[in-house]
Amino acid sequence: MIGLTHYLTVAAALFVIGIFGIFLNRKNVIVILMSIELMLLAVNINLVAFSTFLHDLVGQVFTMFVLTVAAAEAAIGLAILVGFFRSRGTIDVEDVNVMKG
Amino acid sequence: MNPGDFSTVLPEALLALYAMAALMFGVYTGKDRSAPLILWATAVVFVGLALWIGTMSGSRTAFGGMYIDDAFARFAKGTVLLSAAAVLVIGQDYMSRRGLLRFEYPVLVALAVVGMMVMVSAGDLMSLYMGLELQSLALYVVASLRRDSAKSAEAGLKYFVLGALSSGLLLYGASLTYGFAGTTLFSGIVTTVKAGEMPVGLLFGLVFLLSGLAFKVSAVPFHMWTPDVYEGSPTPVTAFFATAPKVAAMALIARLAEGAFGTAPGDWGQILALLSVASMFVGAVAAIGQTDIKRLMAYSSISHMGFALMGLAAGTAGGVQAMLIYMVIYVTMNVGTFAFILSMEKGGQPVTDIASLRMYSRREPLKALALLVLMFSLAGVPPMVGFFGKFYVLMAAVNAGMSWLAILGVIASVIGAFYYLRIVYFMYFGEDREGIDAGTLRPVGWIALMGSAAVMVVGIVNLFGVEALAQAAAGALVH
Repeated sequence: MIGLTHYLTVAAALFVIGIFGIFLNRKNVIVILMSIELMLLAVNINLVAFSTFLHDLVGQVFTMFVLTVAAAEAAIGLAILVGFFRSRGTIDVEDVNVMKG
Repeated sequence: MNPGDFSTVLPEALLALYAMAALMFGVYTGKDRSAPLILWATAVVFVGLALWIGTMSGSRTAFGGMYIDDAFARFAKGTVLLSAAAVLVIGQDYMSRRGLLRFEYPVLVALAVVGMMVMVSAGDLMSLYMGLELQSLALYVVASLRRDSAKSAEAGLKYFVLGALSSGLLLYGASLTYGFAGTTLFSGIVTTVKAGEMPVGLLFGLVFLLSGLAFKVSAVPFHMWTPDVYEGSPTPVTAFFATAPKVAAMALIARLAEGAFGTAPGDWGQILALLSVASMFVGAVAAIGQTDIKRLMAYSSISHMGFALMGLAAGTAGGVQAMLIYMVIYVTMNVGTFAFILSMEKGGQPVTDIASLRMYSRREPLKALALLVLMFSLAGVPPMVGFFGKFYVLMAAVNAGMSWLAILGVIASVIGAFYYLRIVYFMYFGEDREGIDAGTLRPVGWIALMGSAAVMVVGIVNLFGVEALAQAAAGALVH
């Protein structure tokens, strides 16, 4: 029987993979965008699982909001990335280094 | 939804409508030629809304408690609106002369301000998240406003990646909080916490929520984006980052901590105290080696956020009041300082090098004096208003039995004084070299710089009544 714990475990695993994807990734900014998406989807699994468990629809409404915002966020991220590519000619993570820090 | 709900959110709704109308106006009329008009209109709308909100009273909720309009929200909204208006007008000349003034800029700032107003009024994790994202998404775009500059594009990219990461953390915390409290309403969460021991899941949710918000106020250890974004963004945008979003995010932390977890102050008080100490010290120590004034202001803001968090860590109404007073003073000082930074140029080109201020007092004695007052105030030297901001938060910490926190705050403040005084040293002593041009401050910037400096001196009489307003605001939040 698959219960709440299983869903939460999957979501936690996906979330952690997303965080590691941002920090350990040394290649490409697109991978970072994918990792961010992964984190948000992990949260959605959490919300839907809790919503079903609690017999409460609020979690699913929240998921709808998160999905919408994730789409807007991806659009803005890609737009910024295009701007970056135009000025630098690359989207490698290692080249995001004009400023120290 | 009923008509009463709508009248409660009317200021936000009107501002959102205004932003869309301004966008349409900008698109259908001469594009960037109408930008100065839209910018000034936006500033006027901000001030008008701030005055209107100032006349309201009482405490109302809308949409089933998701949206709260009380004295605390109105105080934060007034600060956000007025500082955003001030930052818009002081940056106008800089942006016009460098071809940066696109009509999107005031529109995006207006949308970011709508987000901030929703943030400070949030009574539910959903409205918290939607407000925060509306603010953040607009800010990501303005950070990379300067499309031809590699630095600005990089600043936007870094801000976006780390901001999205922090939103993810916050959201994960929100999902855990929802799951373990069974509701997303702050008023519901607070009764769950009151009912008994805080479940571990809820504690995890609280930690994730606070980490996400600590990113937004750039508290250590979530501060790494701040110096790069401040340096890379166009200076008027940096000025905006340093003021309104910080107030909104700080108010949001207060709302979340006191409103949703108010019955367990021990749990979040420790987290905030840790963030506070780390921010104060990292901000003070890391700023010492900086040569770029925008990076220096970034570390300065990190340090100041540490002090504001100290007020919140106290977990009392006095602490919230101290935080609000501190933020108002911080914003006022920053508006004046950035008005000066915006005017720093050499041969028509903007410079941000601190060494270019050498012997500035000889060329522009009055402006150097105003900057001296602001630097003393930022450092917290006693006769200036900045000292009273620090005094209130230190008192709040001591009254809450956190004397150790107050002592660490004083030490960090002394370390931090070094780099503010170094700027003063450059202006008044040292060798006379070719420095920045004189007479570059336009009337609006001059008014902002002198006004801010004057407030820092005159304000010691009664802080212009901010103290009583902040007390009422804190009283509305903390019961």
